[in-house]
Amino acid sequence: MSSAMLELILEATLDTLYMVAVSGLIAAALGVPLGVLLYVTRPGQILAQPLTNRVLGIVTNIGRSIPFIILMVAIIPFTRALVGSSIGTNAAAVPLTIAAIPFVARLVEGALNEVPPGLVEAAQSMGATPYQIITKVLLPEARGGIITGLTITVVTLISYSAMAGAVGGGGLGDLGIRYGYNRFNPTIMLITVVILVVLVQGFQMLGDYLVRRSDHK
Amino acid sequence: MITLDNVSKTYGTGEQAIHALKPVHLHVPQGAIHGVIGLSGAGKSTLIRCVNLLERPTTGRVFVDGEELTALDAASLNRARHRMGMIFQHFNLLSSRTVFANVALPLELMGVAKREIRERVEPLLELTGLADKRDMYPAQLSGGQKQRVAIARALASRPKVLLCDEATSALDPQTTLSILELLQDINRKLGLTILLITHEMEVVKTICHRVSLISAGELVEEADVGDFFTAPQTRLGREFLNAFLELEPPQALVDRLAAQPGDDTHPVVRLAFTGDSVSTPLVSRLARDCNIDVSILEAKVESIQDRTLGLMIAELIGPADKTREALAYLESHDLQVEVLGHVQRDA
Repeated sequence: MSSAMLELILEATLDTLYMVAVSGLIAAALGVPLGVLLYVTRPGQILAQPLTNRVLGIVTNIGRSIPFIILMVAIIPFTRALVGSSIGTNAAAVPLTIAAIPFVARLVEGALNEVPPGLVEAAQSMGATPYQIITKVLLPEARGGIITGLTITVVTLISYSAMAGAVGGGGLGDLGIRYGYNRFNPTIMLITVVILVVLVQGFQMLGDYLVRRSDHK
Repeated sequence: MITLDNVSKTYGTGEQAIHALKPVHLHVPQGAIHGVIGLSGAGKSTLIRCVNLLERPTTGRVFVDGEELTALDAASLNRARHRMGMIFQHFNLLSSRTVFANVALPLELMGVAKREIRERVEPLLELTGLADKRDMYPAQLSGGQKQRVAIARALASRPKVLLCDEATSALDPQTTLSILELLQDINRKLGLTILLITHEMEVVKTICHRVSLISAGELVEEADVGDFFTAPQTRLGREFLNAFLELEPPQALVDRLAAQPGDDTHPVVRLAFTGDSVSTPLVSRLARDCNIDVSILEAKVESIQDRTLGLMIAELIGPADKTREALAYLESHDLQVEVLGHVQRDA
């Protein structure tokens, strides 16, 4: 294989990692708080706000229900306003992030739901404020579940990022389509798939390791 | 120290309303161990959760240490809760924290400095016998050890009141006893006022000074523990006591018991000896003075803290007029007589 080809593969791999990292980090930074909000505003919860909860739930569901490829195209004006361009890795990272936020939020909400209600009650009996309950009880106790959710998100982002080629985002999926499929180069196709498999395996193993380390149950 | 004034709790409204707690009055003086006993669903949990307002009462006022909790805003209530500890049936320890960090939690919530936290937590681990478990996680502990951690945690904020919500119900009898001893120890050493709810008479018998009986959301009886175990005033109280003492007539006898005396029947009585009657040789006097035979079917003696309670199920054998005389004789003494029924002679 030519060194130009190798360079192409390396570049595509870095592009994929870049898109996943940027969208993953921002989605975690916004999705975790949204997930917490979705949980604590539920009726009967520590900051019960049924109306807020309903609205957040609907917004989250809308975000979750739009197919990624449609979302990517639909928000092009927004993407352009935000990053100044509608093509490239940065432009691809915007829809990836938008898609991942509600995804993370629901997974976090689910993880928090696994925390036994007795623990919250115990903290309340000690005079904990809602903020203290979130930071000292809910998040630490749900840490394993949240890491599991973030791992799932990263893996999903790797696969979604393959669609980023549609907006000229680059990355491994794009490489596989352009060189492997359109130019009938099965070697390239195979290599991109193998790299994607290795990436997914790697992130999954890392996630599992972090869950094990944080789990004292 | 704890006063519930006309406190009630109703869930829902209108037709579907569930009155979990009818208006109750309860006063627990400083340093007392007060037990509330009742069957499941009687409203015990609601009652104890109303004390620290985990459950906000529908009506009434709650006072703890002279402060009306029901009148406080959220921030003041949280401060007041620092002066109350609570332990639970399922311990409710944070699995993500070590024993030390669990006990430190209430102090962190209060904003106590790290160094002072260490100075306050270590002695509590000593007190509860957990010094060597300091860095373990709850999952590595037994049920009894977990409850010890929960007790240490409840004491960390130096509360004046400890609320125990079925604290020993998930533990085996041996462990229950050791936890009760610890609670008693704390009550004596720290002068802590303890309110506990339970469905186990053993718990009440072992550590409580006073006891309230709760049924269908109402406190139906309240007494010193000695009195409750020797002379419960309500039917439910007697049922609890009999179940605890396991002094029920044998089934074969029950099947033969008739409610009304017949031509040729003997009364079967349950006698509870308390106070002076415990040490009086009543049965032999009965046989001698009334000229009847007494057949003892079951008997046992229990000591309830500083009191002694004797119980007996006996058949009074003799002519009808003699046994009537015997019953009158028994009732004239310091003991409780309950006629369980009548059995046919030589049946």
